[in-house]
Amino acid sequence: MTTIQPAELGPDVQELERVTIRFAGDSGDGMQLTGTQFTRTAAVFGNDISTLPDFPAEIRAPAGSLPGVSGFQISFSSSDIHTPGDQPDVLVAMNPAALKTNVGDLPAGGALIINSDAFTQSNLNKAAYASNPLTDGSLRSYRVFEIPISTLNTRSLEGLEMTSKQMDLTKNFFALGLMFWLYERSMDPTLSWIDDKFSARPVIAEANKRALKAGYAYGETTEAFHTHYRVKPARLAPGTYRNITGNEATALGFLAASKLAGRDLFYGSYPITPASDILHQLSGYKAFGVKTFQAEDEIAAIGAAIGASYGGALALTASSGPGIALKSEAMGLAVMVELPLVVVDVQRAGPSTGMPTKIEQGDLLQVMYGRNSDSPMPLVAPATPGECFELAIEACRLALKYMTPVAYLSDAFLATGSEPWRIPDIGDLPSLVVGNATDAATFRPYQRDPDTLARPWAIPGTPGLEHRIGGLEKADVIGNVSYDPDNHHRMMTLRAAKVAGIADDIPPLEVFGPDRGDLLILGWGSTYGAIRSAVERLNADGKAVAHAHLRHLNPFPANTETVLRSYRRILVPEVNLGQLSLLIRARYLIDAIGYNRVRGKPFRIVEIIEEADRLLAENR
Amino acid sequence: MTDPTSQAGAPSGAATPAPPALSPENAAVIALSRKDFVSDQEVRWCPGCGDYSILAQTQKVMPDFGYPRENIVFISGIGCSGRLPYYMNTYGFHSIHGRAPTLATGLKAARPDLMVWVITGDGDALSIGGNHVLHSMRRNVDINMVMFNNRIYGLTKGQASPTSEFGKRTKSTPAGTVDTPIMPLTIALAAEASFVARSVDTHTEHLQGTLERAGRHHGSCFVEVLQNCNIFNDGAWRDFTDREVREDRMLVLEHGKPMIFGKDRNKGIRLNGLRPEVVTIGKNGITEADLLVHDEQAEEPYLALMLSRMFWPEFPVPVGVLRAVARPTHDQLITDQLTAAVARTGAGDLDQILHGGETWTVD
Repeated sequence: MTTIQPAELGPDVQELERVTIRFAGDSGDGMQLTGTQFTRTAAVFGNDISTLPDFPAEIRAPAGSLPGVSGFQISFSSSDIHTPGDQPDVLVAMNPAALKTNVGDLPAGGALIINSDAFTQSNLNKAAYASNPLTDGSLRSYRVFEIPISTLNTRSLEGLEMTSKQMDLTKNFFALGLMFWLYERSMDPTLSWIDDKFSARPVIAEANKRALKAGYAYGETTEAFHTHYRVKPARLAPGTYRNITGNEATALGFLAASKLAGRDLFYGSYPITPASDILHQLSGYKAFGVKTFQAEDEIAAIGAAIGASYGGALALTASSGPGIALKSEAMGLAVMVELPLVVVDVQRAGPSTGMPTKIEQGDLLQVMYGRNSDSPMPLVAPATPGECFELAIEACRLALKYMTPVAYLSDAFLATGSEPWRIPDIGDLPSLVVGNATDAATFRPYQRDPDTLARPWAIPGTPGLEHRIGGLEKADVIGNVSYDPDNHHRMMTLRAAKVAGIADDIPPLEVFGPDRGDLLILGWGSTYGAIRSAVERLNADGKAVAHAHLRHLNPFPANTETVLRSYRRILVPEVNLGQLSLLIRARYLIDAIGYNRVRGKPFRIVEIIEEADRLLAENR
Repeated sequence: MTDPTSQAGAPSGAATPAPPALSPENAAVIALSRKDFVSDQEVRWCPGCGDYSILAQTQKVMPDFGYPRENIVFISGIGCSGRLPYYMNTYGFHSIHGRAPTLATGLKAARPDLMVWVITGDGDALSIGGNHVLHSMRRNVDINMVMFNNRIYGLTKGQASPTSEFGKRTKSTPAGTVDTPIMPLTIALAAEASFVARSVDTHTEHLQGTLERAGRHHGSCFVEVLQNCNIFNDGAWRDFTDREVREDRMLVLEHGKPMIFGKDRNKGIRLNGLRPEVVTIGKNGITEADLLVHDEQAEEPYLALMLSRMFWPEFPVPVGVLRAVARPTHDQLITDQLTAAVARTGAGDLDQILHGGETWTVD
């Protein structure tokens, strides 16, 4: 916590630039809800925010167990921030298992708020504590606040017609109320949310509100907390903002793209973590003409999307790595028939089922090359939750303009993480309108546009354009089945050239920091925040380190090589074992140096700073 | 945003396509003939293949539906059957192995105005694509699925298929297949197909009639065509489909009619307990009144399921329509939900959605 201007404040208030809180408890304790409510409140207050939910794949692992711990980290700030924070300043631990799995991330001197009621022998056993950490001195490097949250909360609910189990379920609101007091937050947004959410169950609503207020009052009246803290609103660019997760922004981006293209949206999907929320959200947009299709499997989801695209719709399918593997053959079909399609891959930790709710960037090479033969697909990747909106539109733009399937790579960090998002003016968004073929006299199924090399989109229902497409190789221009050797070579190179040509139609790779120097850190996807924060600090220390972040991974922006050759060394941090670095080395014969940590978690800023410093030291 | 009931990306300037008019009048106005449905592509099946007949009967019945040619789409998977779309002068999509029903589902959902045919085979539909058959049928996707059943993998040169007889010796099963075959029509019925029928490649009139019925049905159609692969499984159905024996060994189903068969029209099917039984009219006091009467519209598919299990040599092989029931189609249900959403909230407002939830303004 950076303390500023303490003198100007009263004795009980400290002003901070940035605070990071982590709520941790059992997956039945409502930690995601608690975190989300704090996030909304901080966002509406005007802080810059960044969040990191971290939850188990099991819906309800055994209560009190280590695998059942669910966490939510939020960083909020009065300045521009890019990450949910390397380490929490405050850890709220609702039980021993939550303490055990999270306390290692809390720096010495950090605040530890503990629900002491949960530290029973049984819970200590479940968390495999040999001795009680509240009494054995192991927490002495932290500022520990032991609060009997369950007891105090239950007391505040006396008189309500509820079982004690129901009462206990509201204790997360007590913890939230306490944090609201500690950080000078209004309870009003959460109180009205409770009224809305539980309008049909007034007793539960009343209990949650009482719990929230009891937590707040506890902070106000108890002497345990001498100080509370203030984090002023951030100075964001003018505009109207909302808090948004990557999955929300992705869904909204596709909805907007459908409007911008003047085509109805068709979304074929099979449930998979962490992509399902896009399906849930789009299924609520029926009044926009959005047709969502929950398919019988991943293959059917993409098959249906290809069918809809053939019929003239803006068609999408989404999954995560394991599902993308199943879709691969159909992605190849889309490459062959050259129909517009966006394939969303919300990456998660693998291989195989891996760690379904955890973060990884492991599918870059899969979507790039994971099909039989040379089967080129453009590939875009948003860098922040809010950017998912514009990259979703960009993916649709490329698909429609170039008549091609496009891969869109998000990940679990972007999907569930959130940040303030400046709501765009619809009038500022690009038109995505493309025409259908209509002229029977000139129509040839594989007659290409000379600029884009796109073939015409001739949709059923158009008189005189009856033709046949399919996975078999087709004769250039005419489109009949062809086994001619020279034709196959020509079609292979045409498909590759079409995708490569997109390099001239995308923004150049931008550099943050010095335009030449000792070190460029090159990233893609959700590592953006950690890299940018690291480079800001390195630059503040006078080090000539720059940051470039790829949003287009196939093709690379036209100036990529020029940018890379302006620095002595290229560092590529990735949450995989070196996939972009492999592509860079193969494409440019540049000695890109991978920095690879695959822990199911995002990079911490300090990790990147340390690695950069190590390379800078080698440079000398 | 466009009216959600309109067709995605319909050709610019064209009026919203009217619902398909399945009427002889429309057919007369459009006035197409069989040759209008013959494409310029050279047909490349083996000489003597049953597929030629299926193609010819398909082309013959097309003009009767009253659809303009451009509103008809043939989608296929992989296998010899998969080539059929190339030979139809309509829109066509030769997709990947087993997945044609998925493309058809998406196409029909996006474009309810189109008439969509799915051409498949016993390996394509029941092996690699089995899941999609189940789900396209249960959803009542308004498609006409025609499955060419030759009990063999032909395109890959003669391996056992899911309908190959138990113990059949093929290239891949030199000691005989150890897999029990499945009954395609039983599968279709179990999957809640709203139209289930069977015909034979060489019974051209019957095949035409069956395809015609399928084409006029709204909902998921599953038509099994017993088809001969004269190269890898010649004579697979000969025992009961040959001209000399077919009347005695096949049961032509007709709705509302007693189940009578045989050259002399004196054999029939009656129910004995829970099992069907072949009886002879006039023997042991059996009269026509003892026979089962076919009801393709029965609410529950018990009768159809029973028929789907009857096979030579225990029984005459039923052909014709086993089941034809009306229920809402997949595309109609989707469209209804969109229409209801617009009626409830008005057409979607993008700006309003973007500003959804809590917002704040920075000056």
